[in-house]
Amino acid sequence: MNRGSGSTVVGLALPIKIWAQRFAFLLLIVTAFTLMLLSKAETVLIEQSRTAIVDSVAPVLTVLSQPAQSISNTIEEVNGLFLLHADNARLKRENELLLGWQNEARRLQLELTALRSQMNIVPDPIPRAIGARVIADSAGTFVHSMLVNAGSQERLVRGQAAVTVDGLVGRIAAVGRRSARILLLTDLNSRVPVVVESTGDRAILAGNNSGRPELLHLPRNAPVTPGDRILTSGHGGVFPPGLAVGIVAEIGEAGISVQPLVDYGRLAYVQVLDYGPEGILPAPDKTVPAAPVGPAPAGTAPSDTAPAVEGAPIVEVTPDETVRPTAAAAVVGAVQ
Amino acid sequence: MNLAGGTARLDRWARNIVPVVITLFLVFIGVAPIPVPYYAVVAPSLPLMAVYYWVVLRPDLMPRTAVFAIGVVHDALTGVPLGVSALVLLLAHAILSSQRRFLVGKSFWVFWLGFVMLAPAAGALTWLLMTLLRGALVAPDATLFNVLMTIAVFPLLAWLLFHMQRALVGQES
Repeated sequence: MNRGSGSTVVGLALPIKIWAQRFAFLLLIVTAFTLMLLSKAETVLIEQSRTAIVDSVAPVLTVLSQPAQSISNTIEEVNGLFLLHADNARLKRENELLLGWQNEARRLQLELTALRSQMNIVPDPIPRAIGARVIADSAGTFVHSMLVNAGSQERLVRGQAAVTVDGLVGRIAAVGRRSARILLLTDLNSRVPVVVESTGDRAILAGNNSGRPELLHLPRNAPVTPGDRILTSGHGGVFPPGLAVGIVAEIGEAGISVQPLVDYGRLAYVQVLDYGPEGILPAPDKTVPAAPVGPAPAGTAPSDTAPAVEGAPIVEVTPDETVRPTAAAAVVGAVQ
Repeated sequence: MNLAGGTARLDRWARNIVPVVITLFLVFIGVAPIPVPYYAVVAPSLPLMAVYYWVVLRPDLMPRTAVFAIGVVHDALTGVPLGVSALVLLLAHAILSSQRRFLVGKSFWVFWLGFVMLAPAAGALTWLLMTLLRGALVAPDATLFNVLMTIAVFPLLAWLLFHMQRALVGQES
């Protein structure tokens, strides 16, 4: 570096300086390798350093991502002006169709509620959605992930599902205080349990760093055709069931590729689904405490009361059915 | 220390950190979500260009510790294992420090040619490290596009950096 000025330094100092510089260089190289190996082993310390770095520059990234977004918004608005008439006609048609579906959905909702109350089914918990803006997009060459400007202070937790209105984006892989990293469906490390909507066949959607992840472990001879919708299955307890994921794009020798429904190139905002501290699985410890109310379902109860008693504690964990626990408790009381 | 001397020193210090600050800023720009389809896949490697520019033209203002730190920040933001970009940029720094005498004071074409030789080597090393670290063959086509894009964008960024250098930093003394 300072070879020019080095000539003025007397005698021994120069070789020492050169050696010191070489040593510093080697030290940095060794440090880089050590960091790589520790990252590979997913050491807690490295993960913490990484989130600390991301957290500290998150405000800068938030500011930088705004101009890009506003340019994109302007372009879309101008485009929208040209398409106003066509859009209006299309939306009117779509609205008529959707009103029909709305009536159907209301009817089915009533039927479902009635059937569920007869069968004591644990309903799916209703998530809280946390909105977050994409502040960095590294869906690039090696890692397909994005950073968003929400973190643990917005109650984001590792493993939560990030979605848009179109479908599943990915899962939260790392959480800082005010930033979080989303691992996209297309990343090499992404594995999502899914079902084929039309047939109900289970499979795993595996990312491969290309734009189209693959369907793996589909049952042999399962009928799949291009255009089939792929949904999350909810297996493994990471994602809630029924989130739209993608559409079967191509079936070839190499495998079945799926086109994600989310357009990663234009993603500006995501919603992170928060199922509360218990996640999407009903917490087992919460089903137990209610047991002392009635006889334990392990066989100590008279056989005719067992179904009602077994149902009661499970129903108590569900937040959206406030009526039935008291009804079930009344049944238990009546039996005792 | 009088006030004028202090201000002058502060001024020089502020000018001297410009190369590192610009390079760090380019790391942030590089990960900003640009709403263009497939942009992220072919996004040029801005930090490599900036490191090349400054190590050749003002090596005194782009020390290897700074290059290392810039690499680590880049790795943290892009989600690749920490140390990958740091190592690639460090090695680029080492090669450039020893070869810069062939590039300084030559025409722009020679300056660009030097980068045309460096960028594929850096891309190949990154690809190799990622393949080893992920334990799976990473498709090389994205790296190839990335290298071509980086080479193509280099003249534009070099022009911008040249004007910034003239306005804020100055020539090597």
